Amino acid sequence: MDYVNLRRQAASLRKSLFDQGYLDEQFYQLEDLQDDASPNFVEEVVTLFFRDSARLMANIDQALDKCVKDFNKLDVYMQQLKGSCTSIGASRLKTECTFFRECCRDENIEGCMRSFQKIKREHSVLRQKLESYFQLLRQAGPIECATRPSK
Amino acid sequence: MGSGDCELHVLAVDDSSVDRAVIARILRNSKYRVTAVDSAERALEVLEMEPNVNMIITDYCMPEMNGYELLRRVKGSRDLREIPVVIMSSEYVPNRITRCMEEGAEDFLIKPVRPSDVSRLCGRLRN
Repeated sequence: MDYVNLRRQAASLRKSLFDQGYLDEQFYQLEDLQDDASPNFVEEVVTLFFRDSARLMANIDQALDKCVKDFNKLDVYMQQLKGSCTSIGASRLKTECTFFRECCRDENIEGCMRSFQKIKREHSVLRQKLESYFQLLRQAGPIECATRPSK
Repeated sequence: MGSGDCELHVLAVDDSSVDRAVIARILRNSKYRVTAVDSAERALEVLEMEPNVNMIITDYCMPEMNGYELLRRVKGSRDLREIPVVIMSSEYVPNRITRCMEEGAEDFLIKPVRPSDVSRLCGRLRN
């Protein structure tokens, strides 16, 4: 197996995630926390994120389906989702969560619904990209060291 | 942490599994013993069973009992009130910060919490 090529692909995918705004500085912070004692820390945290965010998004879906919209409840769910996005550096998702919350404050249900569709799309894309990234890292082997792209 | 230092025990409280994992990692990287729980209620159970908690670091927004209420319960307890309590929040709300500091919080951190935040806190703790 061509480990050099796999590492190159992983690095390229990682760079694109930052260049396209999917991830921000906070993802670097997670990488800095990873060490020999916890070599899969970033992937573990990202896995937790997608598990929790899927649950929150299911709750939001249910709340949006109700005839009477509870904007306070929607805002609480979205605050939690936004918090998790912030914690892993999911920048584009975080931005859309902020917009959704603004729609809640304005009691703009159409805006909430449009925004939530976008959140679902962004969430799905980010999940696919990060799953691909971690799969490449696993295939490339444990020597892979993520380094910050040059600024 | 140099030789001869005893291991300090930090109780981390956050309903978000992501944030709990991150704060626990930051603390463990700084060589602290960490107990991480997902609710203020669970934190109070731990405090009852485990007498040697050196610091509590808690999220503000949690369902049921929030971080402010946990702070009040700790500061209102004769057995627990000397334990420093640090509040974390993803939102910058000045009234919230003021209220917590007036209630006796050691510090108020805006998320995402960084290792430098923890180093600063724990440096004060060790002193």
